[in-house]
Amino acid sequence: MIQAVMVMSTQGKPRLLKFYSYQPPEKHQDLVRGVFQCMPDSVSNFVKVDAIFGPGAKLVYKHLATLYFVFVFDSSENELAVLDLVQVFVETLDRCFKNVCELDIVFNFNKLHTILDEMILGGQVIETSSEQIMRSVEEIARLEKQSNTTSLIPKSISERFSR
Amino acid sequence: MDTVEKIVEDFASDIAMGPFSSGTRLRDMIRAIRACKTAAEERAVVRRECAEIREAIGENQQEIRHRNMAKLMFIHMLGYPTHFGQMECLKLIAAAGYPEKRIGYLGLMLLLDERQEVLMLVTNSLKQDLNHSNQFIVGLALCALGNICSAEMARDLSPEVERLMRSREVNTKKKAALCAIRIVRKVPDLAENFMGLASSLLKEKHHGILISAVQLCTELCKASKDALEYLRKNCVEGLVRILRDVSNSSYAPEYDVAGISDPFLHIRVLKLMRILGQGDADCSEYMNDILAQVATKNESNKNAANAILYECVQTIMGIEATSGLRVLAINILGRFLSNRDNNIRYVALNMLMRAITVDTQAVQRHRTTILECVKDADASIRKRALELVFLLVNDTNVKPLTKELVDYLDSADPDFKEDLTAKICSIVEKFSQEKLWYLDQMFKVLSLAGNHVKDDVWHALVVVISNASELQGYSVRLLYMALQAFVDQGSLVRVAVWCIGEYGEMLVNNVGMLQGEEPITVTESDAVDAVQLALNRYSADVTTRAMCLVALLKLSSRFPSTSERIKQIVSQNKKNIVLELQQRSIEFSSIIQRHQSIRPSLLERMPALDEASYLLRRASATQATLAADKPTPAVTPGGLKLPNGVAKPATSPLVDLLDLSSDDVPAITTASTTTAPNDFLQDLLGIGGISSSPAAAPSSASTDILIDLLSIGSSPSQNGPPAADSTPAQAITELFKINVPDTKPVSTISQVGAIVPEATDLLSSLSSSTSVSGTKSAPAVPQDMDLLDGLPSNTSVSGLVNHSSITAFQSATLKINFDFKKQPEKPHETTVHATFTNLTSSSYTDFVFQAAVPKFIQLRLDPASGNIVPASGNGSVTQGFSVTNNQHGQKPLAMRIRMSYKVNGEDRLEQGQVSNFPAGL
Repeated sequence: MIQAVMVMSTQGKPRLLKFYSYQPPEKHQDLVRGVFQCMPDSVSNFVKVDAIFGPGAKLVYKHLATLYFVFVFDSSENELAVLDLVQVFVETLDRCFKNVCELDIVFNFNKLHTILDEMILGGQVIETSSEQIMRSVEEIARLEKQSNTTSLIPKSISERFSR
Repeated sequence: MDTVEKIVEDFASDIAMGPFSSGTRLRDMIRAIRACKTAAEERAVVRRECAEIREAIGENQQEIRHRNMAKLMFIHMLGYPTHFGQMECLKLIAAAGYPEKRIGYLGLMLLLDERQEVLMLVTNSLKQDLNHSNQFIVGLALCALGNICSAEMARDLSPEVERLMRSREVNTKKKAALCAIRIVRKVPDLAENFMGLASSLLKEKHHGILISAVQLCTELCKASKDALEYLRKNCVEGLVRILRDVSNSSYAPEYDVAGISDPFLHIRVLKLMRILGQGDADCSEYMNDILAQVATKNESNKNAANAILYECVQTIMGIEATSGLRVLAINILGRFLSNRDNNIRYVALNMLMRAITVDTQAVQRHRTTILECVKDADASIRKRALELVFLLVNDTNVKPLTKELVDYLDSADPDFKEDLTAKICSIVEKFSQEKLWYLDQMFKVLSLAGNHVKDDVWHALVVVISNASELQGYSVRLLYMALQAFVDQGSLVRVAVWCIGEYGEMLVNNVGMLQGEEPITVTESDAVDAVQLALNRYSADVTTRAMCLVALLKLSSRFPSTSERIKQIVSQNKKNIVLELQQRSIEFSSIIQRHQSIRPSLLERMPALDEASYLLRRASATQATLAADKPTPAVTPGGLKLPNGVAKPATSPLVDLLDLSSDDVPAITTASTTTAPNDFLQDLLGIGGISSSPAAAPSSASTDILIDLLSIGSSPSQNGPPAADSTPAQAITELFKINVPDTKPVSTISQVGAIVPEATDLLSSLSSSTSVSGTKSAPAVPQDMDLLDGLPSNTSVSGLVNHSSITAFQSATLKINFDFKKQPEKPHETTVHATFTNLTSSSYTDFVFQAAVPKFIQLRLDPASGNIVPASGNGSVTQGFSVTNNQHGQKPLAMRIRMSYKVNGEDRLEQGQVSNFPAGL
């Protein structure tokens, strides 16, 4: 199973954190730091991270522009397949944001979460077709827009007018 | 900070709320945080934001609730505490609108976890949402459930999930199937409810559903045996069909990755096949054909195709495949090794390492390719390839393989040399059929990478040389020549210097020539030159210099003509700032000057070192953990009896544990059998303990006979110049004096000394002097520490009064019982027998028990019966200790305890306080 998905900048700042196996929140930053430190020392995209995530854990990372995309997983996953999964994730982001850059990810981190939730659930892959993922995400966006225009905005505007 | 102020006042931008950005305020906050230049600034911004959010929560402002939640998620990601927002999640989930729900569920998954009680409150909302008519809301609820559900929720909501798996919506169906995985993982009993559903989902066409269903089946197989049997019967056929369809289908653009149709589905199906086929010949038989097809069809240099091949190979190795298929699989891995992609080489090496247990012959065929990988540019690949080569070595191929590795040593990356030398050395040691070959290889390694050789390796080499009397001449000549060429290689220098000291005359006179060996001409002063050069080299460390001094001393007796020169060299070091060297030179020059008569016998060649005992100690050193090993019975070969354990003051961690106040310093002891075996040879040369802390010194010193052997030379109390204070023997007594005040002396040291062969007259004088000081100045060595004979301590104590036993400590994982015994005539002393029982299902290794007591109590721990506590109470570890309450009758016993151990290689630590000692102890 996939244990965690992290997106972090090349400076080691977290941009997206999602843990599928429980990690106490106060440990999160340590994990990010640990993962960040163990990445650049090898040339292949796989790193053993037993020390950080327990026995058998590995991570796959992909370095794109100013970001590291990191998937941590246990021994039951196929490393090469996870590498492809990272690719699917990045492709989906690219479709979603039209040439994704770090700023898109910083400001839309909760959209990223939505995309991720359409792709991975409880550490298992749900969907690997970025087209399908996009379709669901667009559907959700539409739904959100609808309810925003009907329920939320009028309320806040009316409140403002009444001040 | 101006910008922040501005942002705080800027409320006008609220109105534009796009999807996903819940108001521009979130953007502004992110911007403000990004603008921070220092961590302190960032903290200030976050603090201010948190305060505002708290206020908003207090005022129950609904319309900005979900915006605040989004902010909290961002703040959470940065690592600040956000627990105050948890209730807000629940409120958002209970709201009617989709955006609120969405943010609410996101927050739920990020800010909460299954361990929090708040989660129970959400079960009802989840149930409602699972029954909602809007499939996206159902999707949200399923997603949350799949990520964080607890065992109770799993039981409550399992019927809903079952129902949703039958839904017509694709999205709902696949999410429900994955939710079921989490449910089964939490409550394995529910597996049978999902068996039928899962296998019927395998008939679907949609790839997303298929992937989810296959994953669910995999999980069910893990969760229950019944499910495994059921699925073996019912879905092998379906899986083979899916695999055939997906690998034959011409083109499915949607799921296409780099021209390969749906590799993910391929992989999941192959994985499930592996589980079903494992140990089941019929299933395996059924799969053979399709596996062969997949293995041959996906020929490509794309990552996706290789991922499928890799999984296929794993499956072939996992099931009861035909041998032809296995060879096919290993050949695929062999091809992987010559792939240009690092990742593929990496996984291939990993896989070959596992395959070696299945079919060594087939892996051997790829030996040359693997050897090439040892020279790879990528560090992680090199490391793996080296491990694999190590596994491949056998008696027939050891020579060519070693040659390749040694040749590569010259050009290897400096970082890699240490690993490489360690592996070469252990190969050479493991497979050396003849000593000559072993020595040759070792000399090569030392010459090429002497600075990377670990101490125990060259220690072992010295032991071998000292035993191989016919090869000593050859060795010393070869080393002498190597020393001329490679002066920088630390351990080469040490071994060479040691050999020159011991076998100097063989060097000069070409004694013991082997066939085909070229005679060399070395004069006596050449030999001294070589050692002097090594001594004065700026890069030499203290150990090397000390060894040089010993070698010079020995040469002074081997070559009387150089004696005067050696005296000068040695006395140059009399003013050395390093105490060890200074002391040595002073002692040595006094030997050279004043003790001509005994010098030859004193400086005789070392007796052959006991190989068996060295290997034993080395083996125990590699296993040895910090302390509290099994009480290894004293090392016996040659009739020697060595005390193997000494009480050693524990260091800081325990002190921390006690949160010391300055006036209440506890006496701490740890049962330990630290033997510092790595120092064996160092001690042998009398160098031990130079760099070690005073606490560690006695443990190595008292353990070793040979240090005494050299201390003879120094023989402090007799001819000793002022350095007398620092001799090891006295250091021990000093230490014991501090440690254990009321114990009766056992003359360990004299015993040890007396057994050493040769140089007896001198020794006896020395040993008598030390034993005298032992008895006089320090009533030292602990009473029944069983240092010498390993007797269980209880046997020596008779007439004990039994007290009741208590459970001193109990947690979910560990239970400790104390049994008390007391001698009536010594009311303040209590003997405690502790029993450790493991309550979990996995055994503990490296178990160490430590205890600390207040100042008025003295504690002495005996070695434990073992350091492995078997699982689920199947046996236990026991350890005895005795406590002496100096304020008996006034203050009760109290103790803090700490247990450290490893579960599956993971360190664990438990600690506690024992205050329920029976009254009157």
